Amino acid sequence: MKKKSRFARYSLQDKALLTVGFLLLGLFVIAIVIPMIYVVVASFIDPVTLQNKGITFDFDKWTLTAYQRVLSNKQIWIGFKNAVIYSVVFTFLSVLVTMLAAYPMSRADFRGRGFFNVIFVITMFFGGGLIQTYLLISSLNLLDSMWAVILPGAFSVWNMIIARTYYQGIPGELREAADVDGANELIYFFKILLPVCTPIIATLALWQFVGMWNSYFDAMIYLNDASKQPLQLVLRAILIQNQPESGMISDMQSTAERAQLAELLKYATIIISSLPLLVMYPFFQKYFDSGIMAGSVKG
Amino acid sequence: MVTPKKKNTNLHNGLVYVTQHWQLYVFFLLPALALTIIFKYIPMGGILIAFERYNPIRGILGSEWVGFKHFQRFLSSPDFLRYLANTLKLSVFGLLWGFPVPIILAFLLNRIESVGVKKKIQLALYLPNFISVIVLCGLVRIFLSVTGPVNLLLGSQINFMTMPEAWRSIYIASGIWQGAGWGSIIYTAALSNASTELKEAAVIDGANIFQQIKAVEWPAIKSTVIIQFIMQAGNIMSIGFEKAYALQTDLNLASSEIISTYVYKRGLIDGDYSFSTAVGLFNTVINVILLVAVNKIVAKMNDGQGL
Repeated sequence: MKKKSRFARYSLQDKALLTVGFLLLGLFVIAIVIPMIYVVVASFIDPVTLQNKGITFDFDKWTLTAYQRVLSNKQIWIGFKNAVIYSVVFTFLSVLVTMLAAYPMSRADFRGRGFFNVIFVITMFFGGGLIQTYLLISSLNLLDSMWAVILPGAFSVWNMIIARTYYQGIPGELREAADVDGANELIYFFKILLPVCTPIIATLALWQFVGMWNSYFDAMIYLNDASKQPLQLVLRAILIQNQPESGMISDMQSTAERAQLAELLKYATIIISSLPLLVMYPFFQKYFDSGIMAGSVKG
Repeated sequence: MVTPKKKNTNLHNGLVYVTQHWQLYVFFLLPALALTIIFKYIPMGGILIAFERYNPIRGILGSEWVGFKHFQRFLSSPDFLRYLANTLKLSVFGLLWGFPVPIILAFLLNRIESVGVKKKIQLALYLPNFISVIVLCGLVRIFLSVTGPVNLLLGSQINFMTMPEAWRSIYIASGIWQGAGWGSIIYTAALSNASTELKEAAVIDGANIFQQIKAVEWPAIKSTVIIQFIMQAGNIMSIGFEKAYALQTDLNLASSEIISTYVYKRGLIDGDYSFSTAVGLFNTVINVILLVAVNKIVAKMNDGQGL
């Protein structure tokens, strides 16, 4: 098909409409990209210049001091380490439990399917709330334990519905060919079913990983011990509470200098902390469409 | 499923099924069920303390019952209307402004002919989704600070983060900035299901863009739009705590204090468990009512098809 002719085939009115639409789309993209570039550039600027003039391309004013200071800070590394552990464990557990549960729930012959469905779906709309969950975690002695941030959200009903819908789209012959009886469901599941579910597993894993990596609330209320805190809590101190660890800025003489430096550190912190996910994400992009398609079908 | 002839045979069949398929229950369902019961249903039972003067030492059953006292205290306090209004305004305006943007983005993306250009634009559009709430709010604070780039650009010294009247716009606009691109994926996927033949036919018939959208593209995404709308409208009262809390400053509380942040402060910071549970329960009940109502209304407009 001749691709060039498609825009030409539109009427004048439609062309005008599309042009306006694409302009708006372009503006939106610019509104996303410009601030990001600004942050990257700003993270290299000398703190005094940054405060008085903003960013500059006069490279004499560029410096790596922000990165040196952030990267030599211990708490950032502890945060990174904890964030990696929590996110990996959470993702593995969550995807496993969700994929497992979705399997019987996808089978028309599964006895009790309706009942369990109601049990699960109720929790999507009604819950005990913050205080009750906190009291439960506390009575389970999970305060200051990584399981407090991992277990409560490990099973997601919404993801289970998406996985269930995905299973239902898999031809029944697969099962018949495998000749399953009730006794070797596990073998069928791990050896035959899961391997054809890569897109949905990748999608769910990405969602869960990003969700855990980026969240701070559960950690804020359950983890007080500084050695247990994930990256986002360390970031919160620097970016939101304006309280970078004193070691990062304490060598500055005046309050003004410290404030300027603290401001600069924010930019470098944003870059360093966001980089891992932003680098990772294009590799997952190919799975998005197929994964989301499964979710868009009514469960 | 076959209609049972007798209740007994049905029960018998059920037992046979369960013994034959015990693995499905034990290995597959049980982990999820256990997590659900422990972390979702047990806390639900704890809601009882909303009707007590809860004393952690005496426990839920030993504490003194006070009926609806905490609810009355909250509902009659002057703060109640303010927090309710803040919550409702934030999410209703957020929904009205935020809901159409991903759909429009998807329509526009769908009209881009070059696959390469489309991929690049999508890459940029999805990017902010991977930034954390903390970093997003940190960015907002930096950009809007008195010495930040926005003020440098305007040559002004406005402290946006201390202005209650600016807070909601900041929250909603940054939400669209971050989420609209990602939100468009689901519609883009649904649009790829639209029949190209139908579209070619519409083009040949001389249909303009609006007519094409009405005849081809809208039918392809309609059910997705409805589900998304019900889900989002039904969650109006459970608007995120994390972002609101991270954008709060002492001076913008007049519009930034919403019910969930209030529950957190009264409950976990002040330790008033019973009162904040009552407030949280009030919030949840309204949410459920809204969800049912929205579902009914949408079902009526959509020939009886709801969620």
